[in-house]
Amino acid sequence: MSTPFYVSPEQLMKDKADYARKGIARGRAVVVLACSGGIVFASENPSRALHKISEIYDRVAFAAVGKYNEFENLRVGGVRYADLRGYSYDRSDVTARGLANVYAQTLGAIFTTESKPYEVELVVAEVGATAAGDQIYRLTYDGSVADEHGFVAMGGSAEQIGAKLAEDWREGLDLPEALRRAVAALGLPAAAEAAGAGLRAIAADQLEVAVLDRARPRRAFRRLAGPVLEAALAG
Amino acid sequence: MSPDHSGRLPAAYLVPGSSSFADFARDHAPDVLTARRAAGAGAAEAAAHAPHGTTIVAAVFDGGVVMAGDRRATAGNLIAQRDIEKVFPADEHSCVGIAGTAGLAIEMVRLFQVELEHYEKIEGALLSFEGKANRLSAMIRGNLALAMQGLAVVPVFAGLDLAAGRGRIFSYDVTGGRYEEQHHHSVGSGSVFARGALKKLWRPGLDAAGAVRVAVEALWDAADDDSATGGPDLARRIWPVVAVVGAEGYRRVGDEELEAVVEAVVAGRRGDPGGTGAARAAGGERA
Repeated sequence: MSTPFYVSPEQLMKDKADYARKGIARGRAVVVLACSGGIVFASENPSRALHKISEIYDRVAFAAVGKYNEFENLRVGGVRYADLRGYSYDRSDVTARGLANVYAQTLGAIFTTESKPYEVELVVAEVGATAAGDQIYRLTYDGSVADEHGFVAMGGSAEQIGAKLAEDWREGLDLPEALRRAVAALGLPAAAEAAGAGLRAIAADQLEVAVLDRARPRRAFRRLAGPVLEAALAG
Repeated sequence: MSPDHSGRLPAAYLVPGSSSFADFARDHAPDVLTARRAAGAGAAEAAAHAPHGTTIVAAVFDGGVVMAGDRRATAGNLIAQRDIEKVFPADEHSCVGIAGTAGLAIEMVRLFQVELEHYEKIEGALLSFEGKANRLSAMIRGNLALAMQGLAVVPVFAGLDLAAGRGRIFSYDVTGGRYEEQHHHSVGSGSVFARGALKKLWRPGLDAAGAVRVAVEALWDAADDDSATGGPDLARRIWPVVAVVGAEGYRRVGDEELEAVVEAVVAGRRGDPGGTGAARAAGGERA
């Protein structure tokens, strides 16, 4: 029996990270923007059933890019974690920070112990009573967490989309305006190329859009589709 | 209930499959589910002293359903609470009212609410109306051991069936049996009297406001003859909890709106305690 080749830990981790990054960059992008009315999530996603953006709890939502089966498992785990926590303590005790921690530990453990890392990148966001209370956490495949301010772009051509949002985003945007800027960023030529299509404006029926609406009393999450979305985009 | 000692989600959380919160909690965090705990020897003793919720009425109207509950909880011959709430939203388009051991019943409602929301989030779709009614049935069955020792929970479930486009009411027995009721129903200690009133006052083609009035009249009749049912408390301004579930979802009738209804009912009963005027009005409008 031959002994396996020695692979240094640095090389092993680098290979895993490259593998995960490649997988994530292949998918379509998701953008998350804070605005005065709440937090907007948008993605180019023609499917009405396979969501990239979902409700986790009253004020907490989840967005993901990468491999569907992997982030779907994480989403279901997050809903179970949140509902169990809210049921055994109180609804107000479920926070994005707590959930982001659990996801970070989970992704970190998978990255180091399993031969194949998860090819996912997540955002966990919580809408606060005021814009100052909004929280957006971005989690990567290796379990690192970043506390983001204002906006996040992830997935295919995330860098270009992020650069465009950095120009367009400012504090205090209203909800329809934030949504229009999010969709404009998704329609960048580079992003369109990554999505396998030429330069174009994205039609409303090709978009998956949801908001954490600050004004809603309990469950803040709401999907925008059909005429409501078209009206918001037309401004 | 929390993540394991490494801080990551236990493997069971990440297994796809069950969309039921109650099933998940039973398998992975059984200690949070009170109803599953075995009944101890003292359950019968506890039954005599634990607060009991009393009367709930529900009535269908064109395009939805109204549910109302009085505000009294009793412990033996004493009033345990004057302003208990026994009607709750189950989800956006349904509500549940409870009679029986208040502590267990309120806990069951809390679990039921989480169960419906959990399914909705995981599946991305609403449970069917029958599906919701069946889940509640399973929860009542889980409480059977306690019910046999006197700690029974008897809910009534009502709401707008979005598929059928009409209001529906389901009643339950302690073994979890579920029965669809036509037009109206009442549960709890004062239900005999409330049911009599509902029979005389309810009529087809009621609107939401009419159904609210009928429900408050029925609660008045229940409180009139059942000591465990509280009437509207004019001195403390405590009104019944009245919920309307229609196409625009669950709405709890506001205190001011309800005060007007209660005062009209009280005025109608002055010098006419049996409410024959209300019955005549119901009959008159039908003719």
